[in-house]
Amino acid sequence: MDVGYTYAILFKKYVLLQDWLSKGGQMAEDTTRSTDQPEDRQKDLHQVNKTGLSRRNFLKGLGTGAVAATVAPATLAEADSHSATTGAEITRATVKLSINQQVYQIEVEPRTTLLTVLRDGIDTGGQRIDLTGAKEVCDRGACGGCTILVDGRSVYSCMMLAIDAEGKEITTVEGLADDNELHPVQEAFIEHDALMCGFCTPGFVVASKAILDQNPNPTREEIQAELSGNICRCGTYPFIFEAVASAAKKMK
Amino acid sequence: MAEWGEARKSSLLGKYTQRLSGPQKVTGQAKYTFDINRPGMLYGRILRSHIPRGTLTALDLSPAQQMPGVKAAIPLIEVGKEIRYEGQEIAAVAADTKDIAADAIRAIRFDYDPLDHVVDLGEAMSESSPQIRDWENNQSDRQIDEKGDLQAGWTTADAVVEATYSTEVQVHTCLESHGHVAEWDGDQLTVWASTQAVFGTRRDFARHFELPEDKVRVITEHMGGGFGSKFGPGVEGRAAAKLAKETGQPVKLMLTRKGEQNTAGNRPSMVQHVKAGATKEGKLVAYEVSGYGTSGLGGGAGFTGPYVYQVPNYRTEKFNVAINAGSGRAFRAPRHPQGAFAMDSLMDELAEKIGMDSLEFRKLNDPNEIRHAEYDRGAEEIGWNRRQKVAGSAPGIQKRGIGVGSGQWGGGGGKGTKARVNINSDGTVEAVTGTQDLGTGIRTAIAIIVADELGLQPTDITVKIGDTLPGLPSGGSGGSQTTPSVSPVVKTAAMAAKESLINHLAEKVNVAADEVVIKEGSVTIGNNQLSWKEAASTLGMETISEEGSWDENLREGGAAGAQFAEVEVDTETGQVKLIKIVAVQDCGLIINRLATESQINGGVIGGIGYALLEDRIMDGQTGRSLNSNLIDYKVAGAQEIPEIRAIAHDTDRKVTGIGEPVTIPTAGAIANAVYNAIGVRVRSLPITPDKVLTALEEA
Repeated sequence: MDVGYTYAILFKKYVLLQDWLSKGGQMAEDTTRSTDQPEDRQKDLHQVNKTGLSRRNFLKGLGTGAVAATVAPATLAEADSHSATTGAEITRATVKLSINQQVYQIEVEPRTTLLTVLRDGIDTGGQRIDLTGAKEVCDRGACGGCTILVDGRSVYSCMMLAIDAEGKEITTVEGLADDNELHPVQEAFIEHDALMCGFCTPGFVVASKAILDQNPNPTREEIQAELSGNICRCGTYPFIFEAVASAAKKMK
Repeated sequence: MAEWGEARKSSLLGKYTQRLSGPQKVTGQAKYTFDINRPGMLYGRILRSHIPRGTLTALDLSPAQQMPGVKAAIPLIEVGKEIRYEGQEIAAVAADTKDIAADAIRAIRFDYDPLDHVVDLGEAMSESSPQIRDWENNQSDRQIDEKGDLQAGWTTADAVVEATYSTEVQVHTCLESHGHVAEWDGDQLTVWASTQAVFGTRRDFARHFELPEDKVRVITEHMGGGFGSKFGPGVEGRAAAKLAKETGQPVKLMLTRKGEQNTAGNRPSMVQHVKAGATKEGKLVAYEVSGYGTSGLGGGAGFTGPYVYQVPNYRTEKFNVAINAGSGRAFRAPRHPQGAFAMDSLMDELAEKIGMDSLEFRKLNDPNEIRHAEYDRGAEEIGWNRRQKVAGSAPGIQKRGIGVGSGQWGGGGGKGTKARVNINSDGTVEAVTGTQDLGTGIRTAIAIIVADELGLQPTDITVKIGDTLPGLPSGGSGGSQTTPSVSPVVKTAAMAAKESLINHLAEKVNVAADEVVIKEGSVTIGNNQLSWKEAASTLGMETISEEGSWDENLREGGAAGAQFAEVEVDTETGQVKLIKIVAVQDCGLIINRLATESQINGGVIGGIGYALLEDRIMDGQTGRSLNSNLIDYKVAGAQEIPEIRAIAHDTDRKVTGIGEPVTIPTAGAIANAVYNAIGVRVRSLPITPDKVLTALEEA
């Protein structure tokens, strides 16, 4: 009945499926905005991961619940004809994730996004991951508030399933500073006041770092184009552009 | 009475200071309400209506309550009551995980008898529309204002313009959605809230749960944008606290993006039919407007008008129209952007009709001298003389044009803030008050003021705000009132603390107080010089702790602004590309120039969205919003940002607030620039390609 949430799930599935179909029916691991993919990516696609469940089976399992949930029952009678997803039906699996060079074992559901794990996940030892730098804002890959790095590339963590992040190096905004030494991008954001309320800032900082890693000399137009996947509502863009350009200089 | 002194001689006031919260915000360490994770915390979620109108006939929470991991489910509407808009709260749950809470919401069953709805402004006003509010034809009483002799005004007018201008509903779209983490300890309630008013929120929670106010603590360390929409707990805050009470566990309940867009406020739309006349010498002589707007089911629609410019004779009639949609709330300069867009367009049209330069015409009717200086400064910066002499006359497909817009705001602050400055014996300095930082940078401004007084650096000052616990209240952050309300009290507190330290040191070494000078991180007593730390260490077991007091003399309202826009319009695609915006804003006495420039940029960018992109689209058939997400609701992104010249126009005035004025003139400036480029006027915001093409077609 909460159509928004249902739509969000469906949208995620849709994006994953489109990606899957566009690659000849193979499942994509992430929704990285980078156009060039690592060459070994295709090899990895059909592997059964360490959880013993293939990604495809996971998605199949996800299918029933989500389809049932697409219909917002208008009446009690209608509602009865659809089975709502219940906690009992959900398969769970333990995944091993390497986040900011620390390995966590976490029990997840197939639908659990990487963002949920970072922000709300509790590892099998009962410890909260508590990496809340990546923010949940749009929850559907439209705003970049949850941007993180996966194998060095910027990714919307709300659009990546946790199970797909196994075996990859995940870096969040909390992992950018080196022994309390801020990354040049972080320094530049402070110097240029490239932040106001700061809620979008972690996403912009991470996305900016990824840009500079791939293009050390971006023009203003390139910076604008590359950052078009991130939204700031306070309107800090002009100073963000300045900060990225200034960080580029610093990093030389 | 205190004085700011010669701010220009200060090494801090009006200079560029980095935001104190910067390091926390760029590393992800800043904890917003959304980020608060308490031990044993549950996740709350609200079930909302997917229909715009109907009578609730049944509500069954039991399927949710029986689900593993669900700890509580509560109704938020009684059976038999009317559901009045899409997104209205039906029930709420608290569960072990976010995902289980989402499942639980889907498991709840409710039934209803549908009722006819209306979500279209024009339809709602017709006699055949369903009556959805206690207003005749869904229209509130007219507010009428009259001045002078309108009939006499028309007879002296040499030129008259009649036009209809409209703006659409704009949604706040705070990136951190509205929400709370509520935790009970016996009868003590602690709430982390994404709010613009910690003390107001405390009062509302206390009233709702019938608690003494001192049993409620509200904390807002950081918050992710409010723009006027975040005052008080709201349904979601009360639900979070109730779920926490029922379960005995902390509950975090943040709105989903859809809930945020549909139910957490918006800027009401506007339609105005206006007629105005001017003499051929360029004097506005008559103005008559009838206008309305919708604030969903709420009131508060309206617009400023006549605006900025003086008209001796006018009549205005304004009213609200109800539709089945979430209510409007205050949104960055409520009523002003609507009014300014219409007034600025109208001034442009009149100027053309009497054959006068638009800027010249404005100056003849604008009594504000500061804005006159801003017009000149902005005109030079944008290159006003490059403007098309005849609108739309530039050759080619892509045509450029230049336009101007104006704004005016109060923002003078007011009494009610309590603040304290402590000097500890280890030399640390604390500034404590119950305001909150929405992203405006008040935390840093407080540090600058205290540091300036004590001869220290802003980073030497620990600013404690966003918490009701110290019992030092401050008002809500609205109306651009925070800086002018807080600064005088912080300043006088710092002055009192400094005086205390001087008196203490003078007494200690038995000299007159005027022989003790505190300056640039050190303290001179007669011929001896101590470091700040050494001086503070003489306090021993004492702490200096002084409260400030309100001082009228330190603040001032009335901020004038003018903005100029250069655009390039593609006459084949209808696309409006922004080339440059120049914003000249009277900022009074500036405390932090860096944050001030950020505010100006931010206001302009909000105005860009309003002018070109933002529009909440309702579907008449289903009564639902079609774009309650960040894909289809377009806020300005990196690609839409032109060169922006943010000019903080220094005046000899006192501290003032500028959060709101900077967003007012943008849309009018852009609309006028579009006209200057193509010679055809788009009188409806947002100026989307389809409207541009339609206007060109009809011309």
